[in-house]
Amino acid sequence: MIMMTTDIYALFSSSSSSSSSSDSDEESLSEGEIEALKEQVEEKKKLIATLRNKPWRMQKRLSLLKEAQEFVEKFEGALGKGKGRRLYAFKVMMTKKLIKFNRDFENFKTACIPWERKIKEVESHFGSSVASYFLFLRWMYGVNLVLFGFMFGLVVLPEVLMGLPYGSIPRKTVPREEQDTAMDFSVLLDFGGYCQYSILFYGFYNNDRTIGLLKFRLPLSYLLTSVGIFGYSLLVVIRTMARNANEGGDGGEEGDFIFSWKMFTSWDYLIGNPETADNKYASITTSFKESIVDEQENQKDENIHLRRFLRVFANFLILCSLGGSGYLIYFVVKRSQDFAKVDPKTLTWFEKNEVEFVMSLLGLVCPPLFETIAELEDYHPRIALKWQLGRIFALFLGNLYTFLFALFDEVTAKLETEKSIKNATEWAYQQYFANYSLFYNTTDVPPPNVAPADVIRGPCWETGVGREFVKLTVSDVQVTYLTILVGDFARAVIVRFLNYCWCWDLEAGFPSYGEFDISGNVLGLVFNQGMIWMGAFYAPGLVGINVLRLLTSMYYQSWAVMACNVPHERVFKASRSNNFYMGLLLLVLFLSLLPVVYSMMTLAPSFDCGPFSGQEKMYDVVIETIEQDLPAFIGNIFTYASNPGLIMPAILLMILAIYYLNTVSKAYQQTNIDLRKKMKMVSIGVVFVLF
Amino acid sequence: MGNKQTIFTDEQLDAYQDCTFFTRKEILRLHSRYHELAPHLVPMDYTNEPDCKLPLALIVDMPELKENPFRNRIVESFSEDGMGNLSFNEFVDMFSVLSEMAPRELKAIYAFKIYDFNVDNYLCKEDLEKTLNRLTKEELTPEEVELVCEKTIEEADLDGDNKLSYADFENMISRAPDFLRYI
Repeated sequence: MIMMTTDIYALFSSSSSSSSSSDSDEESLSEGEIEALKEQVEEKKKLIATLRNKPWRMQKRLSLLKEAQEFVEKFEGALGKGKGRRLYAFKVMMTKKLIKFNRDFENFKTACIPWERKIKEVESHFGSSVASYFLFLRWMYGVNLVLFGFMFGLVVLPEVLMGLPYGSIPRKTVPREEQDTAMDFSVLLDFGGYCQYSILFYGFYNNDRTIGLLKFRLPLSYLLTSVGIFGYSLLVVIRTMARNANEGGDGGEEGDFIFSWKMFTSWDYLIGNPETADNKYASITTSFKESIVDEQENQKDENIHLRRFLRVFANFLILCSLGGSGYLIYFVVKRSQDFAKVDPKTLTWFEKNEVEFVMSLLGLVCPPLFETIAELEDYHPRIALKWQLGRIFALFLGNLYTFLFALFDEVTAKLETEKSIKNATEWAYQQYFANYSLFYNTTDVPPPNVAPADVIRGPCWETGVGREFVKLTVSDVQVTYLTILVGDFARAVIVRFLNYCWCWDLEAGFPSYGEFDISGNVLGLVFNQGMIWMGAFYAPGLVGINVLRLLTSMYYQSWAVMACNVPHERVFKASRSNNFYMGLLLLVLFLSLLPVVYSMMTLAPSFDCGPFSGQEKMYDVVIETIEQDLPAFIGNIFTYASNPGLIMPAILLMILAIYYLNTVSKAYQQTNIDLRKKMKMVSIGVVFVLF
Repeated sequence: MGNKQTIFTDEQLDAYQDCTFFTRKEILRLHSRYHELAPHLVPMDYTNEPDCKLPLALIVDMPELKENPFRNRIVESFSEDGMGNLSFNEFVDMFSVLSEMAPRELKAIYAFKIYDFNVDNYLCKEDLEKTLNRLTKEELTPEEVELVCEKTIEEADLDGDNKLSYADFENMISRAPDFLRYI
């Protein structure tokens, strides 16, 4: 390459010295050599771009960079000779400006990432596994911020700015019976009173087809935003999973390089704290000893029947407790429905919040219970952790779905009441009509002049459901923060100060300082997000509440972990855990999509509240828009597309595509294994040849 | 954002940004860290590229490296003279490779250099023994150390010369699930 450069240098110097000779001489030179020169310049540019990836000394890199930059500058100018020179020079200048702009933008973006230093501090004290929780929390915060932006900008803001104000129509006013308690703190805490009839909940939104000067279609926007929230979340989760899968190494089998990996990859280079380092040394030593013992003993099974019996017994116990917790929740929700019929003033605080209390209690008590039962099973710790995570997941899922089913019963009950109220309203209206005509002897009857607060109101099941979700989220937050305060902070204070006057060493023995429960916290976060996804349709303000919650969580938990926790004694990770938690999140996303879509498709909206009141089904808004606002042929397209005769083949095609891709992926894996074997064969073959 | 700084010229900062994974702010911060290590030795004005090297002992005292069992080897692999004396260029280079933006291949090259204690471009048994003893703070018995080193060579050695060349090491580390997260 250097030879070519000097040749071209010579060529150009010779051409400039003979510039007095004909121009055509110069032209033929340029045409012939210009391609090679361009290639040179491209190569130098590529070198500059990948310079930081080369394993050279800094000095060498700096000098090569200078050389390459000079070359590019010199010859980029020279290349511009002849036709299209100005355009070429302009292109070059724009590319340079673009590179500079990109660089500045990257610098700006890095400066914008919040909490980077805080997370790095946690990482250096506690290792990367604890820090991964905070990274997950920050990522969630980002996603929720976007969701909040959607909900707020497309649903809440239009209604607030362009819709009717509070008190103008029945659905936006507190009913007369409730008005004297509407401002009470206890009622507001329960999200009743003024809270219930505000933008927080579904019931506030009006069902006018278009509002304001801009003719903004609120009901359509409401429906599409709710669906869009799920779509965006799905996109973001899958993109993150794909990114993690690419970085996390390409599926080497677990058993391939056990000792090598332990030796070369077990030290966490991000540790900067002596206590953590000591723990890491200890855990590395233990892990080596474990593998050595495994290697030496060949996993002799003491008593395989006893072990199997114990495992089956443990699983049976756990299934029992899962069933028990599910039944308990169902029972409690049924009781709360009975309580709802009774006058609220006669109920204690406990009875009013029984459901949330029981659910949070189960979430606190069951995981340690599972852990104790799991000691019967005698698994390898990593496998035990997976079982534990799976069981906690099943617990949360069971609880959530039982809660949903109970809620669904409540909704059907409310729909029944609604029918009777509808009849009552119609009857009252007819009465008024008859009276008016009788009195004034005319058939031209103006609409009844009733104050919005006095109109008979339906039960509005969507707001009820929204309130349940908001109350659940809030109580979940309270329980989490309280647990941290008591379980970590109070414990640390007691251990530290009582240690001076206690018989045994509190710090080394029981209870000592707490460790940060990564899996519990991550699962809590995942399920919280699931509840948000479910509740966002019924309570648009819920996403905003969640954003606040995540923000305060970040500061509170990072303070708590630094002040009250000690690094883990046993530092092991559920391998490739980043994608494991993302997978859980994806599963929860699908599971929370189901109830919302089901209620959208099957349940009838309330007749007097919310943006879909008056419709038969909620998605009728979309059909109405297609029929009325869009050109006719789009309507035809939709009719054709929703024909079962088209949908069935499409589904069949997708199944076939999945099957095909699965087969291809298996074939690639097999090729991978074969190639690896070949590599080993070749190396052995070489040895044989040498001999 | 530091347009008033006089430590480096703008060209120098741009060159550093091209040669490392760091942004402008990070390079300036690195310089202040380097300066903190020996305020009387390190000049504040790098515009005329002063020739200043800090000894190994000062650098391994940094909080980021202090707890690392391989800190001496890390600094030695990045130093020109192999004795651990780092100029600012080499200092920046070291942190650039150790940063989270460096690609796996680059980290693998330097990881090999770090674990190669006798600098012969192979990971022989003595290198492995030293690595293991550093990792476990010599808590394992000699027989256990022997067993682990033998198993490691057995697992990773492809060309059968009883030591790991860079190709063996690279092949093994490219499949490791945690390598990129931890180094």
